[in-house]
Amino acid sequence: MSSATPTRVELDYAGSERLTMNMGPQHPSAHGVFRAVLTLEGETVIDVDAVIGYLHRCHEKLAETLTYAQYPSIASKTDYVAAMTSEFAYVRAAEMIGKIEVPQRAEYLRVLVSELQRVASHLLWLGTWCMDMGGALGGGATIFLYTIRERELILDLFESLVGARLLYGFFQVGGVRYDLPDGWAASCLETVDVLDGRISEYERMLEDNPFFMARAEGVGVISRELAEDVGISGPLLRGSGVAYDLRRAEPYSVYGDLDFVVPVESSGDCLARYRVRMVEFRESLKIVRQVLDTLPAGPVSSRPGLKSVAQTRIPKGEAYARIEGARGEVGCYLIADGSAKPYRMKWRGASFSNLAVLPHIIPGHKVSDIVAIMGSVDPVFGEVDR
Amino acid sequence: MTSEHATTLIGERFGSAQVENGPPLTVTLPVDAWLPFAQFAKDELRCRYFSFLTAVDWKDQGLDVVLKIDNVDDNLSLIVKTRLEPGVSSCPSLTPLYRGANWMEREAYDMFGIVFEGHPDLRRILLTDDWEGHPLLKSYAVDTPHPPYR
Repeated sequence: MSSATPTRVELDYAGSERLTMNMGPQHPSAHGVFRAVLTLEGETVIDVDAVIGYLHRCHEKLAETLTYAQYPSIASKTDYVAAMTSEFAYVRAAEMIGKIEVPQRAEYLRVLVSELQRVASHLLWLGTWCMDMGGALGGGATIFLYTIRERELILDLFESLVGARLLYGFFQVGGVRYDLPDGWAASCLETVDVLDGRISEYERMLEDNPFFMARAEGVGVISRELAEDVGISGPLLRGSGVAYDLRRAEPYSVYGDLDFVVPVESSGDCLARYRVRMVEFRESLKIVRQVLDTLPAGPVSSRPGLKSVAQTRIPKGEAYARIEGARGEVGCYLIADGSAKPYRMKWRGASFSNLAVLPHIIPGHKVSDIVAIMGSVDPVFGEVDR
Repeated sequence: MTSEHATTLIGERFGSAQVENGPPLTVTLPVDAWLPFAQFAKDELRCRYFSFLTAVDWKDQGLDVVLKIDNVDDNLSLIVKTRLEPGVSSCPSLTPLYRGANWMEREAYDMFGIVFEGHPDLRRILLTDDWEGHPLLKSYAVDTPHPPYR
């Protein structure tokens, strides 16, 4: 019989060996195609090389070959989870150069769909992030199925408005393409009421769960200095203590007339980013209610019924239009040469800049934390790679 | 830091700069003032937020390098431009100053072939390492195939 004391096995590991591991390009937590080449010491990551570009389609070259009327529906394919916001940035840049007037009703409709889009995008983020963090959260897929169910309600609204569920082509230079169909506002208000209640439900499910808190609190801290230096934006920036929201800092469209709160958290960890987005859910719903209450009557476009796609000509000039999208500053830097197509177009993708912070924050964490950090950054690879 | 105050400071320190009122404030500089200006903008104008860096191909007139930085506390936005003369394809790197410039400069190198002097890790970012040419140059034809196909 051996003694009751268990034999201690000495592993021959003293931190002298480093392992290079590929996480991706096909990894479920990447939500797209992303490869992280990790250098590990045991379970601890000491270096990350982020490899991107798997979804690159050279949108910027493509935009030089398409007219101002054609490109907005392609713009939605950069950030396909929040397609409305990229369309918004592009048409706004063209309108800024051409000083094209947009009717008030169209501005309200733009804000309406942008805020619904933010809610839909945050719902997808919450579900997939919690699913990544796995079984500890009450079966892993539970929250995911709930949020997808709610996101479906918003996609149904978009479908009855535009006819498409994912990529819309709703924006056009000078306004929007469609007006609200009969009964749409009523069903939108019903959806908003449903969502309001469900968000509190998610919060209880997550914040009462010690496993969730342990995986989110103090993990992936981004300091304010790093946040600005890398240029992250949106909920990440506001989670790091910077009160910067373009809807407030540079009120575009009709945001100046609307009442909403910009949430800021100072701890900079995954939990802070979660808290910021949970407040944004409610604030977006609040904006949707205000817009439906005050929606003015009138036309939805200043340039309706264009006969040919080349009819929208933008005079010589340049502009940088930026929109506070679900993931942050979606910017479109546009140079027009007076023809029907842009001379140069640059996308400042919020996800690209947000992802660039990863190599600075991951080292020092365990491999399992990468999943939590990646999820809290919420990158969409269509927008990273463009 | 108001936009007028910033314009005055820029005028005092950089006589060679042309400033257009914005927003965003647009500053055009010769390439040798590129790095000193970025340092000045970060320290004195407190533009610590790195928004983006890109380039524009003006065919036989050379390339523009375009930088956007912000002062998020005072809500001051700055677009800074410099012209690389035809045949010149190198520009000082801002990566030692702004960590966000790392990926953006790699993208500008990838798409325009601009070599950023002093960049710690200048390699392609979106295209594969063996890609030939720089697609956002106007001389890179969009309607002809570029073998090898992949």
